[in-house]
Amino acid sequence: MKSKDQLEVKINPDWCKGCGNCVSFCPTNVLAIDHHGKSTMVNREGCILCGMCEKLCPDFAIWIGGKEDE
Amino acid sequence: MTSEIVQKYFRIENLPHIWCPGCSNGVVTRALTVAIDELGLDQDNIVVVSGIGCSSRAPGYLDFNTLHTTHGRGLAFATGIKLANPKLDVILIAGDGDVSAIGGNHLIHAARRNIDITTIVFNNNIYGMTGGQYSPTTPTDAKGTTAPHGNIDKPFDIAQLATAAGATYASRTTAYHVNQMVKYFKDAITNKGFSMVEVASICPTYYGRKNKSGSGVQMMQTLKNDFIDRMAYDKLPEEKKAGKHLMGVFKNITLPEYTAEYQRVIEALQGGESNE
Amino acid sequence: MSKKTVKLMQGNEACVEAALMAGMKFFAGYPITPSTELAEISSEKLPRVGGKFIQMEDEIAGIAAAIGGSIAGLKSMTATSGPGFSLKQENIGYAAIAEIPLVIVNVMRGGPSTGLPTSPAQGDVMQAKWGTHGDHAIIALSPQSVMETFDITIKAFNLAEKYRTPVIVLTDEVVGHMREKIEIPEPGDIEIVNRTVPGPGEDYLPYRLEAGDIVPKMAPFGAGYRYHITGLFHDETGFPSNSTENADIMLKRMISKIEDNRDDIVMFDEFMMEDAEYAIISYGSTARTVRNAIKTLREQGMKVGLFRPITIWPSAEKEIREVGRKVKKIIVAEMNMGQYVQEVERIVKSDAEVFHLGRANGEVLMPSEVVQKAKEVF
Repeated sequence: MKSKDQLEVKINPDWCKGCGNCVSFCPTNVLAIDHHGKSTMVNREGCILCGMCEKLCPDFAIWIGGKEDE
Repeated sequence: MTSEIVQKYFRIENLPHIWCPGCSNGVVTRALTVAIDELGLDQDNIVVVSGIGCSSRAPGYLDFNTLHTTHGRGLAFATGIKLANPKLDVILIAGDGDVSAIGGNHLIHAARRNIDITTIVFNNNIYGMTGGQYSPTTPTDAKGTTAPHGNIDKPFDIAQLATAAGATYASRTTAYHVNQMVKYFKDAITNKGFSMVEVASICPTYYGRKNKSGSGVQMMQTLKNDFIDRMAYDKLPEEKKAGKHLMGVFKNITLPEYTAEYQRVIEALQGGESNE
Repeated sequence: MSKKTVKLMQGNEACVEAALMAGMKFFAGYPITPSTELAEISSEKLPRVGGKFIQMEDEIAGIAAAIGGSIAGLKSMTATSGPGFSLKQENIGYAAIAEIPLVIVNVMRGGPSTGLPTSPAQGDVMQAKWGTHGDHAIIALSPQSVMETFDITIKAFNLAEKYRTPVIVLTDEVVGHMREKIEIPEPGDIEIVNRTVPGPGEDYLPYRLEAGDIVPKMAPFGAGYRYHITGLFHDETGFPSNSTENADIMLKRMISKIEDNRDDIVMFDEFMMEDAEYAIISYGSTARTVRNAIKTLREQGMKVGLFRPITIWPSAEKEIREVGRKVKKIIVAEMNMGQYVQEVERIVKSDAEVFHLGRANGEVLMPSEVVQKAKEVF
């Protein structure tokens, strides 16, 4: 198991269909849809790594992963 | 690139999937893999069966023994597999039309037999794959491409239907309530008998557009707001009950399981004739 | 001399006896006259050998569960008659495209619809070939006796396994319910074919044809290969493919595995054909009537022979063509209003004149009718 400081929200823009679930249901409002229509992190410090975005992403395009992961 | 759970349980080479933006099928399918992971089941021993429809394309993305059958017949195929090899963990993924219209007969009889199959219903209240026709769970007055003047049918309550037919585990949650969904999936898979988890889902493309339900996000918000646990519902004052939908566990009992009972028959016969 | 057990039994009973000897371990079905004995006897015998029987909620579920049993690795059978055969058609196509070994017994009765439930017919001959939608090849076998029901049921299982395909046993109410003496061979004297399975740790693609194989190897679910089966057109990975090029390759392989192996699949019988100037082509129980009539006609000096296809599909094309070249005229005698006669006409073309003798009112053809028709047209 990785500790919290080794983890971050990761996004695969190729799989993101821009539905907005992650943005709308993020409890700390740290995500946004960018001008390409894809999810993007706008406030990394504000992210509490709760995983709501990952759970509600229908496209497996956003998740909590290790900072060092590919 | 994607999460470890998706890498482990999905066929990455087949992703991204065919489902529309905002469709909740991906949410539910991923939650199923989380439940399987948390249960520590052997990936080689899991069989996921489906019929025809949007949700029935899920097995193609899942890295198990997967079977995409004919419309409505998933449970009948699954029954054959489970009876032939009861050691397998058999899970059916079905849509509301697949499991309660064309496959309704198989649903009630699989439940009646209490065969150890977990049925997960992606209930989006519409036929999505064919373009938005009303299904047996489309609410009265809602619109579909074959109900342009409003649906005059009364909808099925699929979880209660399974309960009445003899399922030993039946529950309902929504595509929004992911933690509860994972728990229900685990309980359903663990139950030795016929289990049903109905997941209230969303189809923004067809149901949403036809019924002015808003975006996928708004439809998820509606799931969050409108579904209430059946125990909590009972305690609500009457004026607050309107428009609420029930979720929660409807049935969770233990009864003899079909393939185990069949095994007893085999053992009795073979034990009785061991001298032959 | 190998030992044989002599028994008196019904056609339907012989079918189950043979299925068990062929290795059937799974039966799923639904009660329907005149095939019900197949389910009843299977339910009695299968659990004794560790096999599984299940009575499903309907005919469609019967074939679906049987396909499921086969996917889990057991030799599977389902049985039905007329209306049930209609209901099973979609999943016969599924077994064909997904290449699942399966034996489907259809004890033919009078139709259409509920028709004549307790009377014989041979009206499902064309349905056996084209009942499911879409192009595909099928194997259908038709026995004329209880003994032959036994033999071809074994053959049906062997062909299903060898060619990874549904095989239809087209029997009829007469053969299914008739009691005759049969000789049951010792298990060791029967050739049994099992599907080829991938070896442990083998790099397995479920629909890849390996050099020297007739069909791709088939792993049972749960054996560690984790592959996908679908009724959609798929490529050798088993996953759906929309490629027209792939669909063409796959469809042609699916058809040619059967069409190109006619010599292995086709069984037929001839009676007094050596010097025949006229031929009667007939199959199943009707062929017994014809055989009797031929003796009478021969006594009266008419050089008539019987050609009896045992394999109905794929048809004995080469042999029937030969019959057409050899004789002047052919009568096709069958219990229907004219079905296999169309196949015979297609094959013999103008080599011989083809006539039909048949009816579908539930009465078997009488030898005297065959004699009369022969005298009329020959």
